[in-house]
Amino acid sequence: MAIKRFVVGSFDDEAVLFAAVKKVRLSGYKLYDVYTPMPIHGLDQAMGLRDTSIHTAGFLYGITGTTTALSGMSYALIYDWPLNFGGKPHFALPAWIPITFELTVLFSAVGMVLTFCYLCQMAPFVRKHHFSLRATDDQFIMVLECTDKSNVADMQTFMKSIGASDVHIQDAETGWWLGSYSKNIPSVDNAKTILA
Amino acid sequence: MSSFRYESQVRPPLVSGDKNYHQITEDIIRPIENRPSKLWWIGFLTAVLLLCFGVFSVTREVIYGTGQWNLNKTIGWAWDITNFVWWIGIGHAGTLISAILLLFRQQWRTGVNRAAEAMTIFAVLCAGQFPIWHMGRVWMFFFVLPYPNTRGSLWPNFNSPLLWDVFAVSTYFTVSLLFWYCGLLPDLASIRDRAKLKWRKFFYGAASFGWSGSTKHWQRHEALSLVLAGLATPLVLSVHTIVSFDFATSVVPGWHTTIFPPYFVAGAVFSGFAMVQSLLIITRKVLKLEDYITIEHIDVMNKIIVLTGSIVGIAYLTELFIAWYSMSPYENFAFMQNRVNPLSPYGWAYYIMMGCNVLSPQIFWFRKLRRNLTVTFFMSVIVNIGMWFERFVIIVTSIYREYLPSGWSTYYAPTIWEVGFYLGTFGLFFTFYFLFSKFFPVIALAEIKHILKKAGENYKEKMGAEESETPETFAHEFEHAH
Repeated sequence: MAIKRFVVGSFDDEAVLFAAVKKVRLSGYKLYDVYTPMPIHGLDQAMGLRDTSIHTAGFLYGITGTTTALSGMSYALIYDWPLNFGGKPHFALPAWIPITFELTVLFSAVGMVLTFCYLCQMAPFVRKHHFSLRATDDQFIMVLECTDKSNVADMQTFMKSIGASDVHIQDAETGWWLGSYSKNIPSVDNAKTILA
Repeated sequence: MSSFRYESQVRPPLVSGDKNYHQITEDIIRPIENRPSKLWWIGFLTAVLLLCFGVFSVTREVIYGTGQWNLNKTIGWAWDITNFVWWIGIGHAGTLISAILLLFRQQWRTGVNRAAEAMTIFAVLCAGQFPIWHMGRVWMFFFVLPYPNTRGSLWPNFNSPLLWDVFAVSTYFTVSLLFWYCGLLPDLASIRDRAKLKWRKFFYGAASFGWSGSTKHWQRHEALSLVLAGLATPLVLSVHTIVSFDFATSVVPGWHTTIFPPYFVAGAVFSGFAMVQSLLIITRKVLKLEDYITIEHIDVMNKIIVLTGSIVGIAYLTELFIAWYSMSPYENFAFMQNRVNPLSPYGWAYYIMMGCNVLSPQIFWFRKLRRNLTVTFFMSVIVNIGMWFERFVIIVTSIYREYLPSGWSTYYAPTIWEVGFYLGTFGLFFTFYFLFSKFFPVIALAEIKHILKKAGENYKEKMGAEESETPETFAHEFEHAH
């Protein structure tokens, strides 16, 4: 939980945004984040973000499901209560494939979604500061973080020069808090802004 | 996940009219913010009424037992399992559209996937009702779940297709729900950020999980969707395969065939797309979404209907051929006497099935008819009637005259309570669908915005000019500049 100062620029076109991201990274300003109404392929690479490894998590959850299903069925039908089904072997692997497959998919899907929500810090009644309400409509919002060495006026001019249609300064909470979106956002005016 | 940036000019636009990002948000969220129309209320109340009748019918069944239905010693499964398989089949189109077409990079899916996925979830919910209430002593439902219990522990039989069904259907429901809801998160956030009313801010704020649209979140969201699609693709094939195992692993003539899994999956896709057509033709009209669910979408779905209908037709003929070729007198009797013979008690059902599923969809070879809304709507209803009869034929005609003539049943007809249960699931389905179309965006907002500059009518001609340098090239250059 920390309140920081940001320079927020709104872009109308993703083509301008790509060039702007490039200029920000070359300029050395601290690019906090870019908020977009839809996924923009390649923007993560342009911003220099690491590739996500959520698929690896999905694989690990998947094999957990596989082993759970196989070991559970083996325990029940071989060890705990072996039953003779028409003289077939107790370890009836072909007949267990459907359930093993289903549990693999189930574990993987549920695990990945929970991981996704955890990584993105998302849950019902989790509230965050949104820099612009149009970030989910039609604008691309680029946010630069100010440090104690920043010249905020320069940053604003810079943001204008790279194509932002609207530039302003916001002090904002960077973390999340529990609350409903129907309540007004707690005022950050009196809080001490950290310029790190 | 990299996309192909350039769409062929030969392909027709997927979004018609002069649109920009804001216009898309307006068009799709407007029906949610406006008051529901009179038509919506009439539809919704009719659905609730049907649901009430269904609840009443099921309550009678719970109190008095399955004898309330006209099931008898020979026909222990009739309308209920027919309805179960029918609804599950309908529930296949949504995942097919959202997952398989995502993997195949079919961009037309964006216009229809959200509504189709919702339909899937509601259809699976309806399907699940039948095996549950068919148990009779429904309060013993938890006996099918494998958990250490005081009965021994007595475990369910993991080698039984009926238990596979429990796992398959519940997994399918869960994964479809997760897939659908993950896709909804950004769109719910769009509604939240436009909301003026307090309850709407509260509701959509909670429902959107605090989605912000951060690039990192989008990156994870895309990866998640892709992997979920990869998981859902074999899943959707497995579900109806396992449903077909319920029949195929038995030794009942007419059921004991290896062709069942592909035949059932094709039939499921066939009926699912028909239901998507029925719903979307009405939805696009009522919610004025003709620019997003265009005639092109209807056209491609009709192509899938004629394809899968023909696959189903080949399966019917293969079954007949094998019944003759196998020289098994029991198989031969089940097919030639109980089904094909028009004078047998259920011969009429076989010909309804053949007419609706195999012959009538062939009209979609003609482009003019594929693009005609009235014909499409009419055909979508016909196909679903045909698919219902397919399951009825498989189930009833196979078991009403099995091996022993002494066990042959008399003519089976459902009671009003059995029919009431079926109507009740229609009520359930449409109650949910009406609520969905009122409170949720029926079109995937972010996905339409994503394809707008590739496949939007007003962008098609000026494509390609905007990206002289790809982000990959930039990322590469940036790495080497330091």
